[in-house]
Amino acid sequence: MSSQLIKRLWQQIKDPLDGWLMLFLGLIFLLSLLVLYSASGQSFAKIDNKLAYTALALVIMWVLARTRPQVIMQFAPPIYIVGLLLLIAVHVHGVTVNGSTRWLSLGFTRIQPSEIMKIALPMTIAWFFQKYELNLRWWHYIIAGMLIMLPVALILKQPDLGTATLILAAGFFVLFFAGLSWRVIFGGVVAFGASLPVIWHMMHDYQQKRVLTLIDPMSDPLGAGYHIIQSMIAIGSGGPLGKGWLNGTQTHLDYIPERTTDFIFAVYSEEFGMIGNLILVALYLLIISRGLMITARAQSMYGRLMAGSITLSFFVYAFVNMGMVSGILPVVGVPLPFVSYGGTATVILFIGTGMLMSIGKPRNK
Amino acid sequence: MRRAKLTALKNLRSEEHQFQLRLIAAYCFMLLMFVLLISRFVWLQVVQYQHFTTLAQNNRISLVPILPNRGLILDRNGVVLAQNYSSYTLELTPNKITNLNATIAQLGTLVDLTPRDLKRFKKFLEDSKDFETIPLKVKLSDEEAARVAANIWRFPGVEVKARLFRDYPYREMTSHVLGYIGRINTAEKQQLDDDDKTTNYRGTTYIGKTGLEAVYEDQLHGTVGFEEVETDSGGRAIRSLKRTPPVNGNNLKLALDIRLQDVADKLFGNRRGALVAIDPSDGGVLAFLSKPGFDPNQFIDGIDSQTWTTLNADWQKPLVNRALRGIYPPGSTFKPFMAMAALMAGIIKPGDLRPAPGVFVLPGSSHQFRNDNPRGNGMVTLDKAIAVSSDTFFYKLAWDLGIDRISPIVGQFGLGAKTGIDLDGEAIGVLPSKEWKAKRFARAGAIYQKWLPADVVSIGIGQGFNSYTPLQMANAVTILANDGKVFRPHLVENIVDVKTGKSRSVDTTPIKQLPYPQAYFDYVKMAMQEVLQPGGTGAAIGTGLTYTMAGKTGTAQVVAIKQGVKYNASATSEQNRDHAWFVAFAPVDKPKIAVAVIVENAGWGAAAAAPIARQLFDFYLTGKVPASIADQLTTIPKPAIVQKAASDVVATH
Repeated sequence: MSSQLIKRLWQQIKDPLDGWLMLFLGLIFLLSLLVLYSASGQSFAKIDNKLAYTALALVIMWVLARTRPQVIMQFAPPIYIVGLLLLIAVHVHGVTVNGSTRWLSLGFTRIQPSEIMKIALPMTIAWFFQKYELNLRWWHYIIAGMLIMLPVALILKQPDLGTATLILAAGFFVLFFAGLSWRVIFGGVVAFGASLPVIWHMMHDYQQKRVLTLIDPMSDPLGAGYHIIQSMIAIGSGGPLGKGWLNGTQTHLDYIPERTTDFIFAVYSEEFGMIGNLILVALYLLIISRGLMITARAQSMYGRLMAGSITLSFFVYAFVNMGMVSGILPVVGVPLPFVSYGGTATVILFIGTGMLMSIGKPRNK
Repeated sequence: MRRAKLTALKNLRSEEHQFQLRLIAAYCFMLLMFVLLISRFVWLQVVQYQHFTTLAQNNRISLVPILPNRGLILDRNGVVLAQNYSSYTLELTPNKITNLNATIAQLGTLVDLTPRDLKRFKKFLEDSKDFETIPLKVKLSDEEAARVAANIWRFPGVEVKARLFRDYPYREMTSHVLGYIGRINTAEKQQLDDDDKTTNYRGTTYIGKTGLEAVYEDQLHGTVGFEEVETDSGGRAIRSLKRTPPVNGNNLKLALDIRLQDVADKLFGNRRGALVAIDPSDGGVLAFLSKPGFDPNQFIDGIDSQTWTTLNADWQKPLVNRALRGIYPPGSTFKPFMAMAALMAGIIKPGDLRPAPGVFVLPGSSHQFRNDNPRGNGMVTLDKAIAVSSDTFFYKLAWDLGIDRISPIVGQFGLGAKTGIDLDGEAIGVLPSKEWKAKRFARAGAIYQKWLPADVVSIGIGQGFNSYTPLQMANAVTILANDGKVFRPHLVENIVDVKTGKSRSVDTTPIKQLPYPQAYFDYVKMAMQEVLQPGGTGAAIGTGLTYTMAGKTGTAQVVAIKQGVKYNASATSEQNRDHAWFVAFAPVDKPKIAVAVIVENAGWGAAAAAPIARQLFDFYLTGKVPASIADQLTTIPKPAIVQKAASDVVATH
């Protein structure tokens, strides 16, 4: 009798969830615990925190997963508007740290409104296209583009190049799956290339420095290039097989900056080597593949666009993070999805996952 | 209506198709990007694996030099003349400090930073590379060291280090013997690099600059040790992997007797001059004084420009090592060596009587070469001529000998040549000869180059072109006292390995034996004994001797006195007054000490210089402390205690 109760409860819990995604995420989660334990100097404090916020994120994910996408969709415009207002509020009186104004103080805590936009923006664009699904005109793309550029511009001004790029990407993916003409896409790429010098001038000194040190980190080995050189040394010295768990010298002698957050991949790569990297990349690829399967099977316009955008965003997060830590992309503050330590980023990722699962769930109309 | 619906459906289908195409495009793009990422991993982790492994190792392991303790310098009885003491230093590594000025300003609230400290730091900063550690303040008080240590976490790149400092407790008294150490400068760094010694000087800040500290640098420095430590990114040592201990520098044990040096120093008082005392049995230098001296301690950590200017501009030239580099005409102290030349040439024999008139006039000239005693001494023997220091006698002797028969013999006594003492920068002086004059005046023209017959006359009494250092004179009189046995004068007698306690003495075998008959040595030495006997120029200091002593007074003319004018010390400005000379040795039979003393601008040698030698001998041979300076002598600790203290210093570091 009780076993039946448990069985039913289990059925209730697992029913909205996507088995494949749970499996891949579970494996990544295990890896992330191993690497976090090593990166945090074998302390359980961060592990405990991670378990706690992951549990919270899972609950949110579960709730979203069992909610129909059309219901969730209804919240998109109000959240977008609130997010936009908060972004404006940040400009009016935000909290400035390291020269960037990204936070709003709520007294007991600080929130970063740009994080909300990571989800709210693609949702809104997807909602918008769903709304005008049957008679889409070219100017709908223009409006969508403006809806994207508004928050992106506000975030760029903070300045926060990393988040702005991610949000721009998330919005663009929706446009892409909504059928934005290839001509416009390539035209945009060419226009972007042509406007690089202008963008260069608009960049802040520290951003210019980041780009310059990306091109040649050795030009400033003790200054701006230091972090990237140290993380490249960590990855390179990990070799094909890695130095072994808890044996990374770069990690344990404090040479890797931000080693539980943005640079956790260097820690992982040093200790688990090329093999470990391939496993991690494979897991991301599996998650993305599953995400694209859900996208392909999505029944509504909103579902397709949103699932596609979420999946491609996961890819962008993973690629940008690993790319910057291994020195092929500039250092922008992008965490490694599902691995880096950090509550807000994780919750956002699981919100995305929850929505993905909600879209992927076959429902009877 | 149906048509429209159909078109919509058709559109929907083509839209569907297009959507699937885009999915595939996106998927391919992502796969491509992952391939790019993986090729980056292959590059870093497979192709460049060795390179990055080396970098990680270099990151992790740093070689920390462990400095050897610099060897001590001890006097012949084991009294420490140069020692090390430990003190705290506040040191900064500029490239680990983000805001140097702010850091210095904040440190200024913890320790007292004088403008001098800041100025010196700035100078060091300009001279050094960014990653080098530079002292901001040396010799912190215990309180200051504790205050900084308690706040050190606030200042990355700032360290308080216990370092050994050099100290010369006898200051001025030993400045021209020991020299001093100082911070290694760019030129010295280059030199170390050229000599392949850079490794051994890793972590070393100081190097011997002058004196024994410079000459025996290789002995004193020791061999640096290394510790392989694992360091974190902040440069903090995590654990030691391997340790190669340093080998401390060797101690130098000198022939010098600091108590004798002290007595000599006090006997000079404030007068300028030099004194060199040599042990004739092996050439060991017992006392080596140049007055005035300077305090070498103020040079160690970079002298401030004001003190430097003062020392440099001082008319008394305290920085000049007079004993080593001062060249003076020897005056009548030259006569015993002239006598040797005359005897060897066979132009006079012991017992031969010759005139010693009031004036000497060259044949065919009206120029009068004067005698000290204007009435002359009648007919005298060579020994008597030395005892009364007859100038006219020696003018004639020199005239008869000619320069070609003087310089070779006198040169054998080491005059006009480096003695080979273990100090750098020894002056050569001038041993006059035809060749020397031709060379010396090569630029001036043929008439100046030619040796003139009259040139030799004043050389006979130690004037003219003659110029020698006090060290050369001491060495020459030592050779005389030794009956021609020549040693290399040396300050360092033993080099002591601190660890094993093994002592290695320097080579004290005689360099050569002058091939002159013993009878001549005996005769000249007898003459020098007569100097101190009644009727001799040094009779005043010859009374009450409890040992036998031989000497020769000398008065070196600084400026030429015009014909017909009598030299009057009080009418001559101080710096133009005659230098007082005295050379001596005792006991005559088996000499234990030989000395050359010069007191600058002090006038008559017998009055100014001879008493110094006599009192010095009394102290050295009988232990009698001169009454006049008894209360001025430096308290010199008992060697036994000193040696223990010295080994303690070594042991604690």
